[in-house]
Amino acid sequence: MSRPFSTRCADAAALAVAAALLAGCSGPQSALDPHGPDAQSSLTLTIVMTAGGAAIFVLVMALTAVAVLSPARGRRGLGAPAAIIAGGIALPSVTLTALLIYGLLVARQSGGAPGEPLRIEVTGEQFWWRVRYPAGDESAAFETANEIRIPTGRPVVLDLISADVIHSFWVPALGGKLDMIPGRTNTLRLQADRPGIYRGQCTEYCGAQHANMAFFVVAEEPAAFAAWRAAATQAPRAPELPQPSRGRALFLAVGCGACHTIRGTEARGTLGPDLTGIGARTSLAAGMFPVNAGTLAGWIASSQHLKPGNRMPSFDTLSGADLRAIAAYLESLK
Amino acid sequence: MTRSWRPLCVVMLALCAAACENPATPVHQRVLGADAERGREVVVRIACGVCHHIPGLAGARGIVGPPLAGFAERPLIAGTLPNRPEVLVQWVRNAPRLAPATAMPAFPLDDREARDVAAFLYTLR
Repeated sequence: MSRPFSTRCADAAALAVAAALLAGCSGPQSALDPHGPDAQSSLTLTIVMTAGGAAIFVLVMALTAVAVLSPARGRRGLGAPAAIIAGGIALPSVTLTALLIYGLLVARQSGGAPGEPLRIEVTGEQFWWRVRYPAGDESAAFETANEIRIPTGRPVVLDLISADVIHSFWVPALGGKLDMIPGRTNTLRLQADRPGIYRGQCTEYCGAQHANMAFFVVAEEPAAFAAWRAAATQAPRAPELPQPSRGRALFLAVGCGACHTIRGTEARGTLGPDLTGIGARTSLAAGMFPVNAGTLAGWIASSQHLKPGNRMPSFDTLSGADLRAIAAYLESLK
Repeated sequence: MTRSWRPLCVVMLALCAAACENPATPVHQRVLGADAERGREVVVRIACGVCHHIPGLAGARGIVGPPLAGFAERPLIAGTLPNRPEVLVQWVRNAPRLAPATAMPAFPLDDREARDVAAFLYTLR
């Protein structure tokens, strides 16, 4: 005989909840799936604290049960001065002190491998991330947006600042969370042990598009990172194909350069993201869309519809062919 | 009398067999060997929703292109071309070749992906 419909529904719901919970454990943005030493120690700390708290909770509930259910003699034992000193003063002092010392040690030892860290400056802006690689021994300074490339196995120090309101920087798979406060520079150290693409998200409400303010950390082998960095400091060559060439001319003629920089062109605006290399980035509009000619064209034509309140106006005066040409040019910037 | 029934039976059987594939899609809109579900994944991956309103896809609420609700029932693609599978398969890969004034760019899809996307679009009714 088949079981009643309601039971089957309940089973399906339980399965769905379990699947959702398990799915939440891994993936590109999960503190429960650490990919670096800081995230690992945070997870260990979380597990120890949770297990410790659960053990104390169980003990207190057991004692409560004894106090309520046991015969009078047992209850008297619980009220004896020795029991109160041991369970009420000694036990909490010892366990809380131990947990506090452990927690402080974990917070202190964050950092990963020894060695000269890589410094990157990240600025939170409504509603995107400006990423600046300062000039180093190996290369000149340059700027990118919404994507932070780092080498694996090397500590990275992020100088976190804000251009407007308070934002908060968090890549759960790699490390802790730190606020970006106007007028201050907060530094966060993190390290990726394995190559991968990790998602980060603004975690301090910063305005209408706070939920659409994400970014990706792309961790690569040191050699691949060095190659990327060397290439990123170069100005892109002017396109040779007719459509992107026309797009480049249109990009400059329409005035995109008032807010955007593309190195090697007259576009030197600094209000919006630097678009040099936009065609190779993991996302468009701070984690909202993949980058291709279609999403670029759609974003240019309707940015205020897609992300209301962002600083870029919708360019709704361009013809279809012009829009495609500009999108083709931007997509070619790799 | 029996004889005159035979062709009708054949047609009915064919229709029933065809209906097993996808009851909602009429014969003239079938894309041979295509999988609408795979097409849906392509549509999500390249984010067609940035420009098009697509029912059933989270976040697909673009206004640059026409909404795709009821696309299978439209007689024309982009108001200019007959809405037939062989045209649509070309259109989703390289719209500017068929309509030079369109804002819809060409997409680097292979033939199978283009066919899958077309099959997905014919599920929108």
